[in-house]
Amino acid sequence: MGNVVQRRTRGALRRCPFEVCGNMAGLELLSDQGYRLDGRKATELRKVQARMGVFAQADGSAYLEQGNTKALAVVYGPHEMRGSRSRTRHDQAVINCQYSMATFSTAERKRRPHGDRKSTEMSLHLKQTFEAAVMTQLYPRSQIDIYVKILQSDGGNYSVCVNAATLAVIDAGIPMRDYVCACTVGFVDETPLADLCYAEESGGVSSLALALLPRGGQIALLQMDARLHQDHLEALIEAAMTACKGVSKVLDEVVRQHLQEVSVLTGE
Amino acid sequence: MLKSKTFVKKTRSGGVMKIVREHYLRDDIWCGSEVCTECKQESTVLQRDACIESSLCSYPHYLIPDTNVVLHQIDVLEDPVIRNVIILQTVLQEVRHRSAPVYKRLKDIVHEKEKHFYTFTNEHHRETFIEREPGESANDRNDRAIRMASKWYSQHLKTSETGADGLKVVLLTNDQGNKQKAEDNGLLVYKCEEYIKSLIANPELVDHLALSNDEKNEITSSKVLFPEHLPLSKIQAGIKSGSFLQGTFRASRDNYLEATVFVQGEGEDSTEVLLQGLQNLNRAVHQDVVAVQLLPRDQWVAPSSVVLQDEGAAKDDNAEEEDEEKEQLRILAAEAARKPTGKVVGIIKRSWRPFCGMLNVAQIKESTRHLFTPADRRIPRIRIETRQAATLAGQRIMVAIDGWPKHSRYPNGHFVRSLGSAGEKDTEQEVLLLEHDVPHQAFSQAVLSFLPKMPWAITPEDMVRREDLRNLTVCSVDPPGCTDIDDALHCRELENGNLEVGVHIADVSHFIRPGNALDKEAANRGTTVYLCGKRIDMVPELLSSNLCSLRSNVERLAFSCIWEMNHKAEILKTRFTKSVINSKASLTYAEAQMRIDDTSMNDDITNSLRGLNKLAKILKKQRIEKGALTLSSLEVRFHIDSETHDPIDLQTKELMETNSMVEEFMLLANISVAQKIYDEFPDCAMLRKHPPPPPSNYDILLKAAKSKEVEIHTDSAKALADSLDVAKVDGFPYFNTLLRILATRCMMQAVYFCSGMDSDFHHYGLASPIYTHFTSPIRRYADIIVHRLLAVAIGADSTYPDLMDKHKQSALSNNLNYRHKMSQYAQRASVAFHTQLFFKSRGILNEEGFVLFVRKNAIIVLIPKFGLEGTVFFDTKDKAAPNLVFDEEVPSLKVEEHTFCIFDKVKVTISLDASNVQHQKIRMALIEPVIPGVSVPAPDVGPQAKKPKLDR
Repeated sequence: MGNVVQRRTRGALRRCPFEVCGNMAGLELLSDQGYRLDGRKATELRKVQARMGVFAQADGSAYLEQGNTKALAVVYGPHEMRGSRSRTRHDQAVINCQYSMATFSTAERKRRPHGDRKSTEMSLHLKQTFEAAVMTQLYPRSQIDIYVKILQSDGGNYSVCVNAATLAVIDAGIPMRDYVCACTVGFVDETPLADLCYAEESGGVSSLALALLPRGGQIALLQMDARLHQDHLEALIEAAMTACKGVSKVLDEVVRQHLQEVSVLTGE
Repeated sequence: MLKSKTFVKKTRSGGVMKIVREHYLRDDIWCGSEVCTECKQESTVLQRDACIESSLCSYPHYLIPDTNVVLHQIDVLEDPVIRNVIILQTVLQEVRHRSAPVYKRLKDIVHEKEKHFYTFTNEHHRETFIEREPGESANDRNDRAIRMASKWYSQHLKTSETGADGLKVVLLTNDQGNKQKAEDNGLLVYKCEEYIKSLIANPELVDHLALSNDEKNEITSSKVLFPEHLPLSKIQAGIKSGSFLQGTFRASRDNYLEATVFVQGEGEDSTEVLLQGLQNLNRAVHQDVVAVQLLPRDQWVAPSSVVLQDEGAAKDDNAEEEDEEKEQLRILAAEAARKPTGKVVGIIKRSWRPFCGMLNVAQIKESTRHLFTPADRRIPRIRIETRQAATLAGQRIMVAIDGWPKHSRYPNGHFVRSLGSAGEKDTEQEVLLLEHDVPHQAFSQAVLSFLPKMPWAITPEDMVRREDLRNLTVCSVDPPGCTDIDDALHCRELENGNLEVGVHIADVSHFIRPGNALDKEAANRGTTVYLCGKRIDMVPELLSSNLCSLRSNVERLAFSCIWEMNHKAEILKTRFTKSVINSKASLTYAEAQMRIDDTSMNDDITNSLRGLNKLAKILKKQRIEKGALTLSSLEVRFHIDSETHDPIDLQTKELMETNSMVEEFMLLANISVAQKIYDEFPDCAMLRKHPPPPPSNYDILLKAAKSKEVEIHTDSAKALADSLDVAKVDGFPYFNTLLRILATRCMMQAVYFCSGMDSDFHHYGLASPIYTHFTSPIRRYADIIVHRLLAVAIGADSTYPDLMDKHKQSALSNNLNYRHKMSQYAQRASVAFHTQLFFKSRGILNEEGFVLFVRKNAIIVLIPKFGLEGTVFFDTKDKAAPNLVFDEEVPSLKVEEHTFCIFDKVKVTISLDASNVQHQKIRMALIEPVIPGVSVPAPDVGPQAKKPKLDR
């Protein structure tokens, strides 16, 4: 937390050699009528759809779509420490996160080797988020693996990963303090915009990502890598918390729906 | 409430890229009509009785214009008569994409409540959204979307109709195909022209119509006069490969067949490309961004020195004449030094704005097509169509360019509005404000809504961070008739024997809060513009002349800068505070001077003034020792008749000791504040600098001084100031002033800048390492920014993002610099106009003057009495030129037997040349020295014109 993150330079904008009046006009992120590029209002989230238990082999798994951003999360564990045993903690479980993006996830097809800077950093952020939420002290000397893959990317990768992983952890039956819900918010024309899509993220909005434990209102992770005047910060965090609570409602519904289905299957 | 639907679209940028975006369709977008009972809207925009007298549509109706109608006929839409219009999102987006200025204007209209323009977000409405069909072009799809929305509206209004008042929607389009399809769909559709012409009650709207494409053919012959412009893609490729150059087109003021293109190179190296001949200029208009191609080296020419004005009435047919002109240019140019010459191959960006000018009425009486001559000589004449030529003749009008087809000699345009009859004071004032881009409209309601409510009084909350200085003997000293008093002073002796001096500046930033409409308007205006007899305020009058003005005997909020000084004017302590003051007296310079001089007066105010005056003298001496320049320029003041508002007398401004007293303390305050805000905010302080002029600027001054055997040193500001001080010629008392006037002309312009963006802060003229503007927030926006910075620095106010953003600050200072420059030009133009009025009423005058500059074919004469400068030409068109020998070294001009040098005393006759109504000018002719064939006999000065005036 609080660490400064390298500004993303995805799909570098090609600059026109001279100013052409039409093409240079950027996108209007928020119209006077209060609609965003995709027709949402400022506080509205994208449509969230999710399924739990998509893989049988893993201990827990979930698939989550938030608009056009789609992520798959798989959880193994808690199990014995693998690899270097030196990392073992005698009082709590170690959380191991791995984030990756599919080659076909963005508009430009691109090979993404494991362990590049961006995904290492994202993995670290996920790890920090879940260390704050999972009750690790229940499983000393063990390890919990969380693997998240972005299948399609349209903004808000971090938050979608967190939301998918939460469902996967719940599916694995690992106790958590609360759902961890994440959402990105941006700031345009003095208005906070909830759940940014890629077009908005790349349109020069200063965005903030927040992971929240909604019931207690604790912040698991807060990340911002753009300039923002401090007067606006409070409003922005407020908007992010509201958005996260919205996400948590949806996740809760998904979990309940899933439980119902499972209990019907098992005949309880 | 979200109906989500994703759609896929492909775009190309470089390679093929598939972009997937979500597109949500909603069912909570309302129609915005008063009539509607179905929609759950909170407020409505469109009126119930949308009536306009039209011979086509006798029923109440809403208009839906398509994109091209908005783009081309925005002048019509802006007319107050046109109301109840639905702007579809599709249209708004297309307009935004195609033309930023039109988009801005459209948005302004939408915001105006009385216009009843409603924006309908049809692209996100469940029932009006359509997908692009395979093989359908984007334009066709948009047209279909517009038709779809119109259809939805007509059905929606039918079903939700309550009072059966037959409300309908009318689609306006100029596209034949679109119109046909809309008719097939059963929509009410009209061409824009058709509809506007049907508005019987408002025939004047027809003139606002822009000429559309199909009409163009009738106007012009089919002969192609100009080469085709290249498409943008080719231009781009050409610029990349280096075969074309991109630059700003600058038409020549004197020669309509010549222009230069200023090509900005990397870093310092930028070049100028010369363009000659109509073909090569290829329909570029002044200030356009164009692409040029260099001609082969053997076709390069030199800029011609001839003055050519486009005189022909309608030269479309006689191309021969043009060829002749070209020939004439070539021959003249062949001998001299050649310059890179090129031709325009394409236009990258037009910078057309509405132009002021006058109509040349066509010879044929019934003709509706006329040529329009802009006031700016660099703009070509424009062909417009109007039926009111008879009324418009002799008026100043505004015209916008619509396009310039390749077979037309002149661009086509349309009439925007009339400013009034030419030569009238109000009209001319309007023209000069428009031509200098001075925002001068009345303040909008949105801006006025941020003014404090009257009656206004200081509340306890205001006092929280303020010091109460109401007990101090503060007074203000200003020119007579000044209503926007932004500074007041005090001086008192402290118990320890030192002096306390305070400069109190109106606390404008207390009333203008950052980011609101009032602030934005002030930031845009940048400065108050003072014209002769008129003031264009930067902030509304309630603030400028009342709440912010530090008038006497009322409590006012102020921002105070208080120093403790000893009697040698050394600053011991400086502090800044927001305060409340109560000025004890508002004095004029003369009144203050009188009080100081009158030994019998011994009240607090007078003593305070004497203390200030004493310190100011010391401060001034110190400043001059440091090398501050005292320059001179003649400023004139008009005595204006109180009833007719005509100038009745001219007077150069007098300077008194008290002028410099106030100035001295203002400088001191500015420097103290500059230091403070720079220390506190090294990255984003708004400062003012004055760069030293390049040595070559001084050439003319050095040569001039040398001719009188006076030496001027220009190594530093101090050397210059010292040598100016000792420069004197016996028997020529005015010499020193003339020299200072010349020195002023050598100087650079002082500019605002943001400290984070520059490293050189020095102010050359004032010899100060750092400087800013703090003391006139009522009339300069820079001061408001400085006030805000200082308030943050002393913890009296909170900061806001834009204040700390050096890029935004820098952009702001560029605007302020531009507005400042333009306001100065406007001021000068206003003085020039009033000078003309003055000489019109005075008739012909004989006056003595001095030669200020010597040119190849003329001398420039300064008349000290009026501060007037004029040119005496020696070669006139109708007379054989006298024998002229110009020596650039001295410089001197030998006319027949007489040689003119700088500073020579001459006698001239001054009259008004009204032969060109648009460009009236002062004409001067030589009386003394008498040169046969050149000078004119002194005309009799009409005694009836002069005598009565002397009695006043």
